Amino acid sequence: MGSSSRLAGQLFATAVVACGQGLHSVGNIFDPQATPAESAYNVSLLMLAICAAIFVVVGGFLTFTIVRYRGRQKDDGREPAQVYGSNRIEIAWTVIPVLIVLVLTMATARAVVEVQNRRMPADALQVTVIGHQWWWEIRYPSLGIVTANELHVPLSTAAKPAVAFLTLDSADVAHSFWVPQLAGKTDLIPGHVNTMWIDPRQAGTFLGNCAEYCGTQHANMLIRVIVEPPADFDKWAAAQKLDAASEPRLESAQSAFLSLSCINCHAVSGTPAKGTFGPDLSHLMSRATLGSGRIPNTVENLRAWVKDPQAIKHGNLMPNMQLNSRELDEVVAYLASLK
Amino acid sequence: MTPTAVLERTGATEQAGWTLPDRGRVAVLCLIVTEFTIFSIFVVAYIFYIGKSLSGPTPSQVLELPIWATICLLSSSLTVGIAERALKANRLPQFTLWTGATILLGLEFLRNTAVEWRHLINDFNLTITTNLFGTTFYSLVGLHASHVVIGLTLLLLSLALGLRGSMRGEGRRFELLAWYWHFVDAVWVVVFTVVYVIGR
Amino acid sequence: MATTTYFPEDAVKTEAPSLPSKLHEWIVTVDHKRLGIMYIASALFFFAVAGVMAALMRIQLAYPNNTFLPPEVFNRLLTMHGTTMVFLVGMPFFAGLANYLTPLMIGARDMAFPRLNAFGYWMFLFGGILLYFSYIAGEGLAGHGSAPDVGWFAYAPLTERAFSRGTSTDYWILSIILKGIGTTASAINTIATIISMRCKGMTLARMPLFVWLMLVVSSMVVFVMPPLTAGQIMLLLDRYLGAHFFDTQAGGSAVLWQHFFWLFGHPEVYILMLPGFACASEIIPVFSRKPMFGRAAMIGATIGIGMVSSSVWAHHMFSIGMSTSSNIFFAASSMVVGLPTGVKIFNWLGTMYGGKIRFATPMLFCIGFLFQFLIAGLTGVMLAVTPFDWQVTDSYFVVAHFHYVLLGGLLFTLFGAIYYWFPKATGKMLSETLGKWHFWLLVIGFHLTFDTQHFAGMLGMPRRIYTYAAGRGWDGMNLISSIGVIFQAAAVACLAWNIIRSLRNGAPAGDDPWDAWTLEWSTTSPPPEYNFAIQPEVRSSRPLWDLKHPEDPDWRYE
Repeated sequence: MGSSSRLAGQLFATAVVACGQGLHSVGNIFDPQATPAESAYNVSLLMLAICAAIFVVVGGFLTFTIVRYRGRQKDDGREPAQVYGSNRIEIAWTVIPVLIVLVLTMATARAVVEVQNRRMPADALQVTVIGHQWWWEIRYPSLGIVTANELHVPLSTAAKPAVAFLTLDSADVAHSFWVPQLAGKTDLIPGHVNTMWIDPRQAGTFLGNCAEYCGTQHANMLIRVIVEPPADFDKWAAAQKLDAASEPRLESAQSAFLSLSCINCHAVSGTPAKGTFGPDLSHLMSRATLGSGRIPNTVENLRAWVKDPQAIKHGNLMPNMQLNSRELDEVVAYLASLK
Repeated sequence: MTPTAVLERTGATEQAGWTLPDRGRVAVLCLIVTEFTIFSIFVVAYIFYIGKSLSGPTPSQVLELPIWATICLLSSSLTVGIAERALKANRLPQFTLWTGATILLGLEFLRNTAVEWRHLINDFNLTITTNLFGTTFYSLVGLHASHVVIGLTLLLLSLALGLRGSMRGEGRRFELLAWYWHFVDAVWVVVFTVVYVIGR
Repeated sequence: MATTTYFPEDAVKTEAPSLPSKLHEWIVTVDHKRLGIMYIASALFFFAVAGVMAALMRIQLAYPNNTFLPPEVFNRLLTMHGTTMVFLVGMPFFAGLANYLTPLMIGARDMAFPRLNAFGYWMFLFGGILLYFSYIAGEGLAGHGSAPDVGWFAYAPLTERAFSRGTSTDYWILSIILKGIGTTASAINTIATIISMRCKGMTLARMPLFVWLMLVVSSMVVFVMPPLTAGQIMLLLDRYLGAHFFDTQAGGSAVLWQHFFWLFGHPEVYILMLPGFACASEIIPVFSRKPMFGRAAMIGATIGIGMVSSSVWAHHMFSIGMSTSSNIFFAASSMVVGLPTGVKIFNWLGTMYGGKIRFATPMLFCIGFLFQFLIAGLTGVMLAVTPFDWQVTDSYFVVAHFHYVLLGGLLFTLFGAIYYWFPKATGKMLSETLGKWHFWLLVIGFHLTFDTQHFAGMLGMPRRIYTYAAGRGWDGMNLISSIGVIFQAAAVACLAWNIIRSLRNGAPAGDDPWDAWTLEWSTTSPPPEYNFAIQPEVRSSRPLWDLKHPEDPDWRYE
């Protein structure tokens, strides 16, 4: 049953999986690529089989009844036998569902325990994810990394299993972290810290969405989980740990940036900019998108965003800063250098 | 012949007497259930937030047992019961007297609450916005006090009608008001226990 | 004689009443039949309004990155659509049916408290008007002065002042408190009527199943409406007096709101659905020409649903990080509540089996209900499996599930009820042809819209999003879903035209057009203001069957 339904699952999600960068943009819950999603998948198969069987039996009986007992045109006008009930039948059709419920409950309990009570290995990668309206703050406390909207984790293989342990919190309202192929969703609730874990088995970028309505731009709060072989992950981490690039030829652009109110909300490591309201920009250009998945991260798009973020992601909490074209040039030139 | 008449003719004679519960009693019982549920939610919120205030005065620092107020309110249940019985026995002057006593006891309870709150606000700076204790305290005790006010208003109305002589024969209706009043007192027992005994 | 209506005023007036005086009669009425009609007419009106909102949303979602609606407008629409459908359509349908039919079915002359009845109706209507008044109240700061946009469930702390700066959320709170008072009044009235005003011989066991279900629904309202009111009072205190119930910055708990809301919210969806069961339980036996199979079990199952449904609420909260034991408990209880519901489906099947099924429009809708509710129940059981729920909660799978319940289940039975009881209320039959067009268009439209949403959810599409990117696997499914709206709109148009045409010159109905067995069919169509000239006396649960079949009466077997 496993392999054929997995095949079906993958056929079911033909759309973009073959796209060059290994972008898994279709979050098919029947194509799990990490253990939590797989536990859910396994118990879901049992449950689907049971429900399908019930549907076929009851639906079939309903269809049969409608056809067999339909009133005919040439009718003798007599009422059919007035049957009031049958204790035996009613007991039978109560007991059988009770047994089904018992089986499903036990299977559910087992799957829940499998996911929630799993002991974390000592070398699990610790990540803190903090939800904001409408972006994700991602911190690696042990690695000293702060980034936004993209969660990089090492690939887990049979030879070298790699678990990422996520601590979830929120800076404002309730959000929810959902990357279907990796795990079920877990909410980010202010004042109520949650945890979850993933051990992705396939490299590539997995797309997910915020799954708890959090205001105007809830729809555009996408999450990207980038799963890479451990060597690549270490390279990425090393680059992220460094202070932000500070090219001498962009010194005036950097001063322009630091003199504007950008630094009230944004942080750039190694500079006086230490704002925490908006995403950390230290390695902005290493990310694939702007506006947490709204538009691809290119210099043109960056310029458009800085010029008027409201036109791209209306209602988001970065106002139009009304920069004149010189300031805009300087800021974009500086930001474009933050790789 | 109309179908209903036929129904009556062929209907059973086995049910000689056919008495059903009084609809006023059923309705007020349902009302009490809804009020009970509202209060339960506020009590749950109170208990949930015990000890969770991030700052500010705590219950043990500022609360004193409102013994006198409790005696007043619980006695008013007695007096309203006596008033009810008097009305049902058509002893109108006694009804008026004991309804008046109930009102006075209720007013004394409210006066006590007002004094307590003034003390908390002025001397301890405890308001509904101070901390979680302030929020849950004022809302729960305040919700109860608002129900006392409603009850007192209806009792005053009964008193006024009683003085006019219009309450004759209305024992059934006054009984329902008395039920409401007993409920308000029972809620106070719970509030007292949760706020002034357990919560402190 | 039997088909003319008799109003005492006719004896005095010699000319037809003028329009203002007719309107005045309706406004000041305390007659349960008129209030019932007013409830249902208002519900249908709000249904059309919320339906238009849904159509607008579906237009926006038909294509990825569509710019038909800006996010603020879409978010208001989704909030208003949900709030309207639950509180201004579903609840008044319940109140309208309960108020119109209960006294007739128990042989009473009116509800226990006619003035309370009228009070409940006007509270509901003014609450609804208040909710929509928010649109006029103005855009305000960042669009927050207009209609509420926090979702129909209004999670904290999004609803706190810090995150909802204008008055929009306040309109949501206040209008629902008003409506809640009206609904609770209606429920108390219904309970008192059923307990205290049954005609002679009608023991509780002999009441029609419709009345039993209304008794259970009203009891549920009495228990679960107050938690919502309490939560909303707390939210008002937070927003206006600076309290901290759900203010996470001061130690308040966002999860507490969820518990209070769903404590109300889950039984609420049963409160919405059970009146649909009530209608089906009257229609299916009559059009199968058999009594309900297993009446006692149906009553027991209803009470079981009522009680168990208040222990399942946290299955809406599986993803908030509850303990393992909580997750397992609520999974178990949610599956257990499916048991009595499933038993009911079997009993309806058992009623049809061995009968002589007449496929008139009311029965067509009930058959559609049976198929669709079966699926809805099964997707509900799926959602009770916690790990599966972790994947699909807050996704379009859940949207599909509850629309299957409320549209495929409840609305189908309500439409069936309209076709079934419209002749009684107006004395005129609705057109069967138009009825069948209505039914089939709705079936096509409903399935086009909601079947694909199950799969969109299983492919990762979350709820409450105003747009989505291409390449997520959702494009085609959303387009199909949006096309279904056209058929649904056409179906509702058929119903509207049917009602208008029949009111003008529908075929006369007579007292008992369907050859049915409960007391409302023993009086004229429409019934006189006093319902019954002589209060009936009954010996079984099908008094008119006993009348029509004196050789084989029910009371010999009950």
